[in-house]
Amino acid sequence: MKILVCITHVPDTTSRIQFTDNNTKFDKTGVQFVIGPYDDYALARAVELRDQTGGKLTVLNVGEAETDPTLRKALAIGADEAIRINAYPKDSYFVAQQIARVAQEGAYDLILMGRESSDYNGGMVHGMVGEMMGLPSISPVMRLDIEGNTAKLSREIEGGKEELEVSLPLVAGCQEPIAEWKIPNMRGIMSARSKPLTVKEADAYDVHASIVSYALPPAKGAVKLFDKDQMEELVKLLKNEANVL
Amino acid sequence: METKNNSINGGEYLIADTESSQVFIPEEFSEEQLMMAQACQDFVDTEIEPHKEAIDSMKQPDLVPEILRKAGELGLLGIAVPEEYGGLGMSFNTSMLIADIIGSAGSFSTTYGAHSGIGTLPILYYGTEEQKQKYLPKLVNAEWAACYCLTEPDAGSDANSGKTKATLSEDGSHYLITGQKMWISNGGFADLLIVFARIEDDKYLSAFIVEKSFGGITMNEEEKKMGIKGSSTRQVFFNDCKVPVENMLSERGNGFKIAVNILNIGRVKLGAGVLGGCRKVLADAIQYAGERKQFGVSINSFGAIKQKLAEMAIRTYACESLCYRAGQDIEDRIETLTNDGMDATLAKLKGVEEFAIECAIAKVHGSEVLDYVVDQGVQIYGGMGYSADAPMERAYRDARISRIYEGTNEINRILMVGMVLKRAMKGEINLMGPALAVGEELKAVPSFDSPDTSQPLATEKEVLRKLKKVFLMLGGRASQVLGTKLESEQEIMMNLADIMIEIYAAESAILRTEKLISKNGTEESAIQLAATQVYLFEAVDKIQSAGKETIHSFLSGDEQKVMLMGLKRFTKMDAVNTKELRRQIADALIAKGKYLFFQG
Ligand SMILES: Cc1cc2nc3c(=O)[nH]c(=O)nc-3n(C[C@H](O)[C@H](O)[C@H](O)COP(=O)(O)OP(=O)(O)OC[C@H]3O[C@@H](n4cnc5c(N)ncnc54)[C@H](O)[C@@H]3O)c2cc1C
Repeated sequence: MKILVCITHVPDTTSRIQFTDNNTKFDKTGVQFVIGPYDDYALARAVELRDQTGGKLTVLNVGEAETDPTLRKALAIGADEAIRINAYPKDSYFVAQQIARVAQEGAYDLILMGRESSDYNGGMVHGMVGEMMGLPSISPVMRLDIEGNTAKLSREIEGGKEELEVSLPLVAGCQEPIAEWKIPNMRGIMSARSKPLTVKEADAYDVHASIVSYALPPAKGAVKLFDKDQMEELVKLLKNEANVL
Repeated sequence: METKNNSINGGEYLIADTESSQVFIPEEFSEEQLMMAQACQDFVDTEIEPHKEAIDSMKQPDLVPEILRKAGELGLLGIAVPEEYGGLGMSFNTSMLIADIIGSAGSFSTTYGAHSGIGTLPILYYGTEEQKQKYLPKLVNAEWAACYCLTEPDAGSDANSGKTKATLSEDGSHYLITGQKMWISNGGFADLLIVFARIEDDKYLSAFIVEKSFGGITMNEEEKKMGIKGSSTRQVFFNDCKVPVENMLSERGNGFKIAVNILNIGRVKLGAGVLGGCRKVLADAIQYAGERKQFGVSINSFGAIKQKLAEMAIRTYACESLCYRAGQDIEDRIETLTNDGMDATLAKLKGVEEFAIECAIAKVHGSEVLDYVVDQGVQIYGGMGYSADAPMERAYRDARISRIYEGTNEINRILMVGMVLKRAMKGEINLMGPALAVGEELKAVPSFDSPDTSQPLATEKEVLRKLKKVFLMLGGRASQVLGTKLESEQEIMMNLADIMIEIYAAESAILRTEKLISKNGTEESAIQLAATQVYLFEAVDKIQSAGKETIHSFLSGDEQKVMLMGLKRFTKMDAVNTKELRRQIADALIAKGKYLFFQG
């Protein structure tokens, strides 16, 4: 089986977020980058499936050279080879187009990624890739087993759970508890050096979105506590001050 | 490849200048080494941190061996063990880095050190090919757990005085070991024991590889300890334990040497092994100080708290600088010796032995920095620092052991001074020449040449050069005047050791910062520069005080006066606004939310 796992290169979730250039650029100084947490689940499951069924596991990232360490980390965790599409991931549509092209060329049976990246949290790329390739795309996949040419999946839906059977190939946006994150072992880290990391140039495509400016969420205010006989006061404040009712 | 630092011998830092290009700094770890460190940190965060309570309660006897097994699966137990024995064959400094990260794991870091350090290394360094083939793979993958049995009820610091006996059987096929060992880490679950025992009336102990299954081994209950409560510590009794003769390590009577050399490695690794703990405590303290409000503001806005946060980071920075510098010096020496044709294992031993002084310094400095950091951590938490529900209470208790084991800090201080004087006597380092020169300088009119201070850190390096003169002046004179009597003047030795430690730490911080400035520029390195300046300022103070005590305690009259004037001259330093510098550092720490010099 041929598996492709698309990973994002995102700031560690504990990073302090700051902007420069009049709030139009994300300030990367001192920020540690990691594999997107949802992508990490997809990768972990892909490693297990590859180990069960044999075959080849490829990881892919659309990004500039600075993302190579993140790809090598994925190799250390267990991917067999890595591909980097050498371009800044401008928007979801652009990224999806790049992925779809590589996925088409590689004829993969499974194309996995996180349900969303943890930087912009768009959650759109898997759907777009599926559409561009004419393949089923399912998200958020919380269980994934393969039997022959069929994938057995489950996901949570509004008010319940859905069990699906889908024939391969397919695109899946994954999340926990599909697998547990894998800590790369030392030998894996050492062997990552010798695994292939291929850099491909991006195809030129239109970019549909651009960033105008960033803003941090307002600082959290102090918590107000109410006694159980002050319900009316609470409702009033929720309506008038918090504007949530 | 940068120039290898082979020109400097162990202890020679006291006399010679070292260039910043000659030292390794942790910022130079490769992507691969950092990835290993991160994987190890993930292991600590997921497998240990959430279970600290359970580990320390000792209620699940399988828990710690299971964590050790998982560490083995990840490859953490054989970092520097060659690949042919199941290890990774990585460098000495990589194994330091892993010890550093595991250092935040409390009890488990002792379990780890006892297994992969003192439990495994005697076989790696002194085992025959057969012994290595037989035992190392089992230890590296944690199929077996190891412990190290040196200490006895009546033989602690005086380890060679142990009474445990090894008697050759009549047919000459095995030794019967009988005796009692105490304070044995991992004793409760070890399958393999490195045991030191005396054959007949030998002057020195011999060492043996003992399998638990050989029989004749019993234990007491777990010791009830102040800290590292989750680390198994037992008394182990040997009663005619039958050990095949082929399980002797090295030769008869070589055991004490093995113990000493393995402890050298243990010491420098213990130095690195406090760093993870320091960073963790600092991160917790920064977070708490940000969240805790008194008088209407976060306590991190108070100068008294900022001063503590900064100081915790400054000392950690110095310790980090010196440990990885020493680690690389050892590694470079190993490489040179191997390239010169020395057997790889012997080269490793000789490399470490060369820097035994620096190993002892790393142990003492590291354990005392850790104790400082946890103490201030408790203080920043206030009442919560004293509560077992917050992390500081455990950190405080766990830290204390580091000043005791792997040779107490007193023993290590005595050793480092003794080793310098011995090396000088043997001509391995030229101490007396420079010491005499300093003596001459004292008689001459002080030079008023002002050094070129246009280069960053030039002033600090000049101060450092003078601090070295303090050691030369005092060490040289004390050994001249007191001769072998110095040994019984331990107070003086303690002072001399403090001077040695502070010089090495300050120099390591200066060289690291200088290298960083040359790589990244002054602006990028401003906080490191501030940390270095504060550290040096305090080192000067400590050296001045230790120097004064030394002079007062063995000199009198005119000579005392001359020496005191010399001390004053050599500990002169321009004013440094430590308050402002510490505030800068604290503000940077608070902005970052954690230790900021090295991610680890
Ligand atoms: C939790 C724990 C784990 C340990 N793990 C191990 C292990 O795995 N294997 C092992 O073999 N040992 C182990 N030890 C033993 C440890 O190495 C010894 O406790 C240590 O070496 C000190 O010996 P001691 O306890 O007998 O103290 P002592 O030697 O009695 O020392 C008491 C005090 O006297 C001072 N002192 C002693 N001699 C001198 C001197 N000549 N000059 C000046 N001062 C001196 C010491 O510095 C100390 O302050 C462990 C100990 C503990 C507490």
